[in-house]
Amino acid sequence: MAEVDLKAVRKRYPNGMEAVKGVSIAIPDKALCVLVGPSGCGKSTLLRMVAGLETISEGEISIEGRVVNQVSPTDRDIAMVFQNYALYPHMKVYDNMAYGLRNRGTPKAEIDRRVREAAATLELGHLLDRRPRELSGGQRQRVAMGRAIVRQPKVFLFDEPLSNLDAKLRGQMRVEIKRLQRELGVTSLYVTHDQLEAMTLADLLVVMNAGEVEQAGDPLEIYEKPASIFVAGFIGAPPMNLIDPASAELSGPIPAGAAKLGFRPEDAILDGFASEGGLKIRAILDGVEPVGAESYLHAHAPAGGARMIVRTAGRARMEPGTELEIRAPAEKLHWFDAAGRRI
Amino acid sequence: MIGDSRWGIRLAHAILILGILIVAFPLYYVFIASTHAGPDIVRPPMPLTPGGRFIENYRAAFFEGAANLGGVPVWRLLLNTAIMALGIAVGKIVISITSAYAIVFFRFPGRMVFFWIIFVTLMLPVEVRILPTYKVMVDLKLIDTYTGLILPLIASATATLLFRQFFLTIPGELVEAARIDGAGPFKFFKDILLPLSKSNIAALFVILFIYGWTQYLWPLLMTNQAEMNTIVIALRKMVSFVDHGTPWHIVMVTCVLAILPPVLVVVLMQRAFVRGLVETEK
Repeated sequence: MAEVDLKAVRKRYPNGMEAVKGVSIAIPDKALCVLVGPSGCGKSTLLRMVAGLETISEGEISIEGRVVNQVSPTDRDIAMVFQNYALYPHMKVYDNMAYGLRNRGTPKAEIDRRVREAAATLELGHLLDRRPRELSGGQRQRVAMGRAIVRQPKVFLFDEPLSNLDAKLRGQMRVEIKRLQRELGVTSLYVTHDQLEAMTLADLLVVMNAGEVEQAGDPLEIYEKPASIFVAGFIGAPPMNLIDPASAELSGPIPAGAAKLGFRPEDAILDGFASEGGLKIRAILDGVEPVGAESYLHAHAPAGGARMIVRTAGRARMEPGTELEIRAPAEKLHWFDAAGRRI
Repeated sequence: MIGDSRWGIRLAHAILILGILIVAFPLYYVFIASTHAGPDIVRPPMPLTPGGRFIENYRAAFFEGAANLGGVPVWRLLLNTAIMALGIAVGKIVISITSAYAIVFFRFPGRMVFFWIIFVTLMLPVEVRILPTYKVMVDLKLIDTYTGLILPLIASATATLLFRQFFLTIPGELVEAARIDGAGPFKFFKDILLPLSKSNIAALFVILFIYGWTQYLWPLLMTNQAEMNTIVIALRKMVSFVDHGTPWHIVMVTCVLAILPPVLVVVLMQRAFVRGLVETEK
């Protein structure tokens, strides 16, 4: 039962900069936890602290109930996949995967069995004699995965492993990582700045901002009920529309202290009637972004100038400058107070 | 473009051929002279075609040496020079790669101080510190020993800096991956760093071997006995100021034999060198 427990973890650099400001996360056994946030939010630092590559200034990290604050990365029983793969350039694929096992004194036959098994799972069997520079980006990525798998660690750590791949490959590898993680049943911590990756992979999604956890929980729940304006803007693509309640017509009560009103592009309705308590706002069309199956209408409110995006099915044939009447049903509205917290 | 016209090409070739002749002729003449009898070499006109004493001259030089040098055979001179050149080259590489490793990959107090101390020694070539170094060697009774020949030349700030620059290009993630893979400092050095530095080491070895082979001032001071001379020093001693006192045929053979090892090193290592360059990887 390899659960990973972070208790009030802090990272303070000697120059006084605080990168992680008291983060507590409990990752259940076999779960895939995704840390997502903009660059510089401390997510990578946090991951590196779990790996043992950064010291922990305050707080406690435990793996399988054992506090590992003072344990070296080698002895934490973790495996890490790096953004640049960090394959040993002078070693063949086979040796890249076997190196960690050899250092641990695993018997030769056992190493061979595990490497070949991992290579088969990752379809690397025919590449074992190649060197990393002879491989494509996707193949290198697989080797990096293989190196982690053969170790049979308690925890997998992924540091933006897909960000150097092209979009199509990224989609494939995303599915594959999820499948592997399920099959192997290894608790994983995954860092990304890509909210799509975060949404699709996570069992437990942790949204971080400026060294703190903004919200943690089930990804869809976070999508449905973002705890703050930051989360609302970060999770979901295109992001949630945020407008000033005063600039819209609202046929229902405004919650006390409400400073911002949000609705998702897909919840906006262009024609028809809003339900009781819904929102109505006039906007000028700036342009249409046809994606194929759907189109995104970019518009701005004449009053206040707030920018909005509306999703419509199919193709929208409209000229920029057209006046729109955007409505959203009451149950799809998100209210935030002046501090940006959800009401 | 330069060299597009017929005359341009001819001119370029003429200049190049002239250059080659100027550089190659002395070498050619050294070889020619090494195959003639001593008196024939100095008697005008200069012979320009190979003579018939190739085997005799080479055997005499290699096993008996020059009489005016106490009859130290050239093989002994070659051995002395080889030991010194190899000692300097290997020693410099070992010392500089380990010190660069310490400076780049370890955080210890005074790291930058040590780095700057190494850096400052760049400004002090052997010639500047030759008297104190000589005194130390005399006090340690290291005159006429291989240790005395090698030791003062064994540290290299240049090589240390070179390795440092190379180590700085190794991505941090690679170091971290090795740490997670359970490679301690020694293992990391042996398994990752050394193989990655292969082409750098080969290049440095060529440069340093030739540097060691051609040392003049230091071996001149350090060796009194003829048996401990390096080949460069011995050559100098063989040539006396009166022409007829110099066994020119032996001198010429010694010259050829002195040139061969560095050429051999360059030719052989060039392969490793080129392979290293072709295999360049991040």
